[in-house]
Amino acid sequence: MNKFSGLDYFDITSLLSEDEIMIRNTVRDFVSAEVIPIIEEHNRLSKFPIQLVPKMAELGILGPTLPAKYDCAELNNVAYGLIMQELERGDSGIRSFASVQSALVMYPIFTFGSEEQKQRWLPQLAKGEKIGCFGLTEPDYGSNPGGLITKAEKVDGGYILNGAKMWITNGTIADIAVVWARLDGIVKGFLVEKGMKGFSAPEMRGKHSLKASVTSELLFDNVFLPDENLLPKTVGLKNALMCLNQARYGIAWGVVGSMMACYDSALTYAKSRIQFSKPIASYQLTQDKLVYMVTEITKAQLLNLQLGRLKDKGLLKFTQVSLAKRNNCEKALDIARISRQILGANGILDEYPVMRHAANLESVITYEGTHEMHTLIVGEDITGYSAFD
Amino acid sequence: MKIAVCVSHVPDTATRVKIGADRKSIDPNGVTFIINPYDEYAVEEALKTKEKLGGDSLVYVISVGTDANKETLRKALAMGADEAILLKDDNPRDSFGIAGALADEIKSLGCELVFFGKQSVDYDDSIVGQITAEMLNYNCVHIVVDFKLDGNKITAEREIEGGREVIETELPAIITAQKGLNEPRYASLKGIMAAKKKVITEKPAAASTNFSEVIEMNLPAPKKPGRIIGTDSSAVPELVKLLREEAKVI
Repeated sequence: MNKFSGLDYFDITSLLSEDEIMIRNTVRDFVSAEVIPIIEEHNRLSKFPIQLVPKMAELGILGPTLPAKYDCAELNNVAYGLIMQELERGDSGIRSFASVQSALVMYPIFTFGSEEQKQRWLPQLAKGEKIGCFGLTEPDYGSNPGGLITKAEKVDGGYILNGAKMWITNGTIADIAVVWARLDGIVKGFLVEKGMKGFSAPEMRGKHSLKASVTSELLFDNVFLPDENLLPKTVGLKNALMCLNQARYGIAWGVVGSMMACYDSALTYAKSRIQFSKPIASYQLTQDKLVYMVTEITKAQLLNLQLGRLKDKGLLKFTQVSLAKRNNCEKALDIARISRQILGANGILDEYPVMRHAANLESVITYEGTHEMHTLIVGEDITGYSAFD
Repeated sequence: MKIAVCVSHVPDTATRVKIGADRKSIDPNGVTFIINPYDEYAVEEALKTKEKLGGDSLVYVISVGTDANKETLRKALAMGADEAILLKDDNPRDSFGIAGALADEIKSLGCELVFFGKQSVDYDDSIVGQITAEMLNYNCVHIVVDFKLDGNKITAEREIEGGREVIETELPAIITAQKGLNEPRYASLKGIMAAKKKVITEKPAAASTNFSEVIEMNLPAPKKPGRIIGTDSSAVPELVKLLREEAKVI
């Protein structure tokens, strides 16, 4: 097994509980044994390793914070964050899968669903027997989801859904889609099931990023949804944004995994690569790069831990999630690029993970709120002026 | 049936150990400790056996040592063991001393089937299982790669040079696990949360005599640096000569 012991320059592990440490180490070992050995090949072939889904489910990483009565592990948010971190050390696409299933499918069903919907879907989603996706973004409404035009109309016994969604992780492989659409002008959540007449989910091809993840369009052409497929507790766009806040929280943690993977690769390479008769790690310019990485990783780790502790206490503000998502994605991308520089030409090969992480992070810095939008969210919070509407 | 698994808390094999100030033990600072890797096979086999037997079978996991060993016991509980027992002794014990404490506990629990890892990767004595079997007058099969239990009858396989040795014996017995016996399960996240609620019983380890003592620990001498005798094919004759005459490996 490829042993990875993480980076913990400030002994942040000492701030974790015994079970948080055990959960982190278990997922870390899982990623080393199951993800790392296969990920480059899947990425090269633009293929999602769907064979990992039952194993992830068995481990209990799908919807892990939800109650035990739905077959979930009932973990706290710090443990959830650590899971995301370890998964993304493997690949952002694997983390995206778990993120979407947990934060964007199971969370809204749990939070806005009826008891029947919860009973029907949550245990199956936790066991990986069903896969879910989340449809909010549309071709013309990305950073401005409030403009979405997908529409539901009330008819006898249900609703008729028309419209299209884009950039939907897991779309093509999903058995259930949580879709946001206007009903009499108000944004509501609906459960659209695979196989419903008029519903299709073609995969988007040609990606240079998140290649080991499925990204799709969702097309609704007069899809009939029975009454019971409305998420009854949804009352507006803010419910969709609550889901995104969950997912952003996971991303803030996740990208630290990418950072650690890149740093680990760069450090190992720098110590063994000899130029001018010395390892390149012995040169000041390389040390400057490595120290920058360790510093930014340590800062992000501390930021995340406090973010998680606040969330567990119910004190977390969405603006704090924005700050963390914004900072950590930016630094992760910096670290991936700098690692690539340290690796020189070797850095572009898929023998090393850094170029894959760098490419993935271009998506991660954009989805779930672009870097710019998070800047403006925090900007509005501290100045009182909204710069975007 | 009551099944016991004896586990050891050892430095992570990826750790670089340093010798402590007393020159008789390693410096634990900065060292990550893990469940002994061979013991994971033992835990897995115990759990598999319990699952096959069904009914009210129980898996007890036992460790001799300090409070630090609780981490390893917790891991075994998270994998699915039912109860954990820490036999405490802050003083170092040799294999005989450890076996004495384990035998005493196994006897009082009444476990008929006991799994060990074939050896701990710290001191590598590879003997605790066998001494324990001798003390309890149990049958013992050491370094096992395949295990079957049918009623009272055990069929175990051992890897030997060029083949496998099949051994039949019966309960009560001690089996020591070798890599390949099974694929240890991950402690699931639900298992980890469930383990929080399970109790680790602590009691003093039964008195036992040590028959050996660590006098001193030393790191191996550092490797001599390599020698570059050339960078192209013209160096080959010299290289062959040195391999033959100096290193005497060809």
